[in-house]
Amino acid sequence: MSKKLLLNKAHVEGIRHFDVYRREGGYASIEKALKMQPADIVEEVKKSGLRGRGGAGFPTGMKWSFLAKPEGVPRYLVVNADESEPGTFKDRYLMEFIPHLLIEGMIVASFALGSNNSYIYIRGEYDWVADILEEAIKEAHQNGWLGKNIQGSGFDCNIFVQRGAGAYICGEETALLESLEGKRGNPRIKPPFPAVKGLWGCPTVVNNVETIAAVVPIINEGGDEYAKIGIGRSTGTKLISACGNINKPGVYEIDMTISVEEFIFSDEYCGGIPNGKRLKACIPGGSSVPIVPANLLLTTAKGEKRLMNYESLSDGGFATGTMMGSGGFIVLDEDQCIVKHTYTLARFYRHESCGQCSPCREGTGWMEKILQKIETGKGEMKDIDLLWDIQRRIEGNTICPLGDAAAWPVAAAIRHFRDEFEWHVKNPEKCLTQNYGLANYADPIQVAG
Amino acid sequence: MIQFNEKTISRVNEIIARYPDGKQKSALIPVLHLAQVEFDGWLDTPVMDYVAALLKITPIEVYEVASFYSMFNLKPVGKHVFEVCQTGPCMLRGCDDIIDYIKKKLNIKVGETTADGMFTLKTVECLGACGYAPMMQLGKHYREHLTKESVDQIIEECRNK
Ligand SMILES: Cc1cc2nc3c(=O)[nH]c(=O)nc-3n(C[C@H](O)[C@H](O)[C@H](O)COP(=O)(O)O)c2cc1C
Ligand code: SF4
Ligand code: FES
Repeated sequence: MSKKLLLNKAHVEGIRHFDVYRREGGYASIEKALKMQPADIVEEVKKSGLRGRGGAGFPTGMKWSFLAKPEGVPRYLVVNADESEPGTFKDRYLMEFIPHLLIEGMIVASFALGSNNSYIYIRGEYDWVADILEEAIKEAHQNGWLGKNIQGSGFDCNIFVQRGAGAYICGEETALLESLEGKRGNPRIKPPFPAVKGLWGCPTVVNNVETIAAVVPIINEGGDEYAKIGIGRSTGTKLISACGNINKPGVYEIDMTISVEEFIFSDEYCGGIPNGKRLKACIPGGSSVPIVPANLLLTTAKGEKRLMNYESLSDGGFATGTMMGSGGFIVLDEDQCIVKHTYTLARFYRHESCGQCSPCREGTGWMEKILQKIETGKGEMKDIDLLWDIQRRIEGNTICPLGDAAAWPVAAAIRHFRDEFEWHVKNPEKCLTQNYGLANYADPIQVAG
Repeated sequence: MIQFNEKTISRVNEIIARYPDGKQKSALIPVLHLAQVEFDGWLDTPVMDYVAALLKITPIEVYEVASFYSMFNLKPVGKHVFEVCQTGPCMLRGCDDIIDYIKKKLNIKVGETTADGMFTLKTVECLGACGYAPMMQLGKHYREHLTKESVDQIIEECRNK
């Protein structure tokens, strides 16, 4: 069994409620933190090696130390619970089952950063989850962990929940801040970064739900202890939300030393592929990261076993690797069509583009149309090159990374599955009723049962 | 005249109090959610104008936000809105069949409302339930692991409400 730091108590009966959570040792990290200097808390987080769990993997302690502290200006902590990257549903799980863990982490982080009013920006569709958080906040107030002078420390702390209203782009931190200010979710040009000018023009830290929850075990056990779990620069545990063609979809907390193969095929995690089918491809870190065929998923180009961590998943760069991203792990079996799957993702990005930059606004629409054309048997060979050309012109030419996020899935699909695209073009009738299948992508491993 | 009921007004004031003085515009999205619930599931222009007056901002500031976010309906919708996810991970789990089934069963296309005003069918993009696919949002909650049978049940349930 791997070590669990976040979800170990998630299934204790009644853990959603303060009394049970407290009885199970909850809120201890705040007691410890309130006796520390804020700068020392930041130091512990630095030592832990924790990297942002929202997708970019930026070192959290470093982000906290960048927060500007001008005299007389409020500072803010904003938790990013927008969770809209296809394949990702881990933050929902954490908030739904163990909401006080997020509240506890937020209180510690608020104290460390000097934020008296902190916000959770949660995607609007998670309506009932927002209610669960409101309830947890109410309980924390009633027990003196939120409000004025918490636990007699002299520190005032409030947490508010704000629902979005359906816009993937509001997961991008500056779009999120715009949205929290009551505006359209148009990303801001950086710099200035939120650490200097964030919410209402004040210094702000934006962190993912899971990142903030991880602060609890870091303070409880110490940064050094936390850093001992995992491997290399992938310290601690990571929540992975697994979906697609697997026997046991769901949210798993992993220690980042396990192999991808173990994650997919062992009964402790995904439990293998249903109906005796074989593995074709996988998008291991949310829809934005490159899709890889099974052979490159399980072993790196160097022939090493690929592991479930930041370094190993990206080994080989985009040529043969992919990324850890948000941990949204999407598995495709041999019956799945890469063209169709890529088309649904292209449609998603076209729908979610905020429209500020022409390469993203126009390019995502073109990619969707061309992919639909190929998928419905109306494509020509030159469309494949055109797709490649469009994605290349988007990447790196936009205000925010949504442009790249839209370009990468298309690029990777063509890079690794070009023959499948060509097959669609050459077989305009057949591709409507049949699938290309596995060709030479499949895992070399024969899986039993 | 358009006006929130008293309970909602006090809720609005509670929300405004979460932000620093003068930043009441931050309440816009939460207040639009309240308005949509209170005024028949969609945001008519007079409703948006009312929200603008309430938050002391211009009507255009409300319109531009209401039109940006996909959860806000700018046209009337049925009493029950089925929002079925159609993104990749749900597609891998057969959402296309579910969408087709609902279309046939209710005899409407995506985006339409049944003649009796009971049901609207919408397709939406990933709702963060990919592991429990196929799925849809129905009001405040998600309905997951959809099958034809469970869709039948949900329709029955709505009809009896
Ligand atoms: C288009 C787009 C969508 C994003 N969506 C999310 C999201 O839903 N949740 C999240 O935590 N971060 C998301 N991010 C990353 C945030 O911009 C930001 O880096 C993150 O919240 C920082 O937190 P972390 O350092 O704790 O990961 C998104 C980024 C982009 C470009
Ligand atoms: S890249 Fe796309 S989503 Fe990002 S700011 Fe530009 S148009 Fe908007
Ligand atoms: S793809 Fe449907 S919920 Fe994520």
